[in-house]
Amino acid sequence: MGSLFRSEEMALCQLFLQSEAAYACVSELGELGLVQFRDLNPDVNAFQRKFVNEVRRCDEMERKLRYLEKEIKKDGIPMLDTGDSPEAPQPREMIDLEATFEKLENELREVNQNAEALKRNFLELTELKHILRKTQVFFDESVPTVYKSSGAYSSSKYRRYPQMADNQNEDEQAQLLGEEGVRASQPGQNLKLGFVAGVILRERLPAFERMLWRACRGNVFLRQAMIETPLEDPTNGDQVHKSVFIIFFQGDQLKTRVKKICEGFRATLYPCPEAPADRREMAMGVMTRIEDLNTVLGQTQDHRHRVLVAAAKNLKNWFVKVRKIKAIYHTLNLFNLDVTQKCLIAECWVPLLDIETIQLALRRGTERSGSSVPPILNRMQTFENPPTYNRTNKFTKAFQALIDAYGVASYREMNPAPYTIITFPFLFAVMFGDLGHGAIMALFGLWMIRKEKGLAAQKTDNEIWNIFFGGRYIIFLMGVFSMYTGLIYNDIFSKSLNIFGSHWHLSYNKSTVMENKFLQLSPKGDYEGAPYPFGMDPIWQVAGANKIIFHNAYKMKISIIFGVIHMIFGVVMSWHNHTYFRNRISLLYEFIPQLIFLLLLFFYMVLLMFIKWIKFAATNDKPYSEACAPSILITFIDMVLFNTPKPPPERCETYMFFGQHYIQVLFVLVAVGCIPVMLLAKPLLIMQARKQANEEVQPIAGATSDAEAGGMSNGGSHGGAGGHEEEEELSEIFIHQSIHTIEYVLGSVSHTASYLRLWALSLAHAQLAEVLWTMVLSIGLKQEGPVGGIVLTCVFAFWAILTVGILVLMEGLSAFLHTLRLHWVEFQSKFYKGQGYAFQPFSFDAIIENGAAAAEE
Amino acid sequence: MKICGPKLSLCGLIISVWGIVQLVLMGLFFYINSVALIEDLPLEEEYHSLEDFYAAANRAYNQNAYNCWIAACIYVLTLLLSAQQFYMNSRVTAN
Repeated sequence: MGSLFRSEEMALCQLFLQSEAAYACVSELGELGLVQFRDLNPDVNAFQRKFVNEVRRCDEMERKLRYLEKEIKKDGIPMLDTGDSPEAPQPREMIDLEATFEKLENELREVNQNAEALKRNFLELTELKHILRKTQVFFDESVPTVYKSSGAYSSSKYRRYPQMADNQNEDEQAQLLGEEGVRASQPGQNLKLGFVAGVILRERLPAFERMLWRACRGNVFLRQAMIETPLEDPTNGDQVHKSVFIIFFQGDQLKTRVKKICEGFRATLYPCPEAPADRREMAMGVMTRIEDLNTVLGQTQDHRHRVLVAAAKNLKNWFVKVRKIKAIYHTLNLFNLDVTQKCLIAECWVPLLDIETIQLALRRGTERSGSSVPPILNRMQTFENPPTYNRTNKFTKAFQALIDAYGVASYREMNPAPYTIITFPFLFAVMFGDLGHGAIMALFGLWMIRKEKGLAAQKTDNEIWNIFFGGRYIIFLMGVFSMYTGLIYNDIFSKSLNIFGSHWHLSYNKSTVMENKFLQLSPKGDYEGAPYPFGMDPIWQVAGANKIIFHNAYKMKISIIFGVIHMIFGVVMSWHNHTYFRNRISLLYEFIPQLIFLLLLFFYMVLLMFIKWIKFAATNDKPYSEACAPSILITFIDMVLFNTPKPPPERCETYMFFGQHYIQVLFVLVAVGCIPVMLLAKPLLIMQARKQANEEVQPIAGATSDAEAGGMSNGGSHGGAGGHEEEEELSEIFIHQSIHTIEYVLGSVSHTASYLRLWALSLAHAQLAEVLWTMVLSIGLKQEGPVGGIVLTCVFAFWAILTVGILVLMEGLSAFLHTLRLHWVEFQSKFYKGQGYAFQPFSFDAIIENGAAAAEE
Repeated sequence: MKICGPKLSLCGLIISVWGIVQLVLMGLFFYINSVALIEDLPLEEEYHSLEDFYAAANRAYNQNAYNCWIAACIYVLTLLLSAQQFYMNSRVTAN
């Protein structure tokens, strides 16, 4: 079990693997997920590596699987996801898998092609059916139109119809002739009228009609009818609306023109026999063919469904297998080939504590592959910075993620995550303190924790939900801590609970109460003398005039006290870093002056608050009565600026205790004196040490600057042992140190003030909750009469939704972000560098999870 | 019979449970004349005598307590309704 407080100790190891055992060994290591391999051929591109062929085959298999998956999803067949991961198959199984996928894919493609062809056929037939049916209507209805008035068609062409009623029996087309047709038929030439029937997309029809009219100068006649049911487009499966049209014309020239226009508008033309009997016959034929096609289509669909259902059972399993094989070959590509081609050489980062487990896994791998020569794991010396690996469990993971979001810790640096587990929910709760809202949040977190397994198995790609679920322990802790601070503030949905009975009592008589609008309770007479046992006295709930003033004074001081303690804690953490890295110069000339600076100025201010709380009370006589209590802020400002304090009120004292003035002057002088020490001591000492160590003697500077100089400049090179401590220029050290000092000194002031956000947000939260209660819920409560209950029901639901939406979600998010900032900036800036890089072990679990996520996008 | 979808019925379920708990408690607090809730009473700005005020306040307290309990009862109804809907929805998805 590694320590939570620092990242794991890592070792760079060389791994010699027999070529035949390499696959099995890497597979075992992948299951283990504790080894990070380094690329030993960084200058070789992806296509020149040894196992490029295998990787490509895996890619091909994955593509086939994705195709299968897409088809399965299209049909809405549920995929079996058992959640267990099968072991990586042997290399020879790959061929079987490939063959299976090949067969499946081909089968599916064939089925799909057939289905498409059939569907196209079906579409054509249905269109033909519609044409026959609709054109029949056109032909039929032309007979009655002749006898009806011409009002139905106001076009001038139709006015002639009654005149030609006598020859309508000879030829159906003749009725549809225009003037020209009449003229043409009158000489008895009996010109045959041609027609073309087809189907066109409905939205193209108006343009089509206009085009026809213009191109043929109005010499063609177009009739159209909508097909009511939408037809399925066989290529993409969309539902499209189409219309049947029939065009009558005269002469071959017009015919070619019309056909070209039809082609241009992508209309499909169908042959339509002229004689009604033929048409009827054809319609019958079409109907029978459609029925035949339907059965065939049904069978094809059944077949496809069977194939897909069979594939769906194994699909996830296959995916896992293929991804594992691919990952193994990908890893093998990172290895170096021995000269003799007998063994592969790998370099990897390994946590020191797990070397045993890794050895075991390697032995298992060798046994499985049947190789006789055991693999060799050999520790190497290196000057490179090892990766940072913090072992986490499901509880600490989210907190570690909060830290890593700022920056991954430098190797073996103090890890703030374990402290964050407590401070984060606590500082959040200081801002979010409300028993009711905290309970909602805690219940939500508790529910997620209780249903953890089921919810984790669901695996949605809803990002917001995943964030909530990942942070379930944080949410739960934040909720519980908020309930606690809510009890302290005595706020539940902005109302107070009077659990123990208020310790204030009213001593006014009836007439006083009746005559005065505002009354004061004196802490001398009306207060019991002992405080309410837990949290705020509920009497403040009804103190409309000075409730906020009282709360502000309390919350402001509390936030400064927490802030200063938090920052001092951060500085103390830097002490652990300096001692661990044996950085004596930083310890003496950075940590100590920093701590002194913080203690003498800001912790002194905190002490003043406590002194004020203890010494001054309303029941005391002057000079320690409430009227004499000095303002801490003014005292502090006077102290730092060496101002002479304002004369106190009568019979009061300027200072709270004896010698305060001298102590304050001393403190400020010492604190200011710390600044040049922080600024200059370290660079000067390094300069001096370098001067002394002009020869090859290992200088002190090597020890002092290894945290920074070694850490930063050493990243890439691991060639030379010496000479890496000289790399940081002296001027850079000076600049770096001055920036650091200025940041610290100015930061102490601004960070202390920054903790006031604890007060500000808590005030805002309390006020918002109160506003919501008085503006919304009160309306429901103030309803008179029996209707009140019903109104209250509605108002309550509205209030509940607003409470969750605004107060819990939005305010919670805002408080969360402020807490995050307090940790990242105010706390971690005191000790945390965050310049490491994360340990990314070769692990099948991670690869499969990422693969699944990438595929779903 | 299905009226609401799974999300709406879950929402109804949660609000109903919350409403029942909070409104029963608030009714209780009104019933014992809790001072913290006095601002939520339907009272006049001024009363001529103390007795008037007391009588009005007591009446208002009782009235509000009953209103709260009525609302809680309505929430019991919505709870049953949404529970039934929730059950229907979960059975549909299970099938």
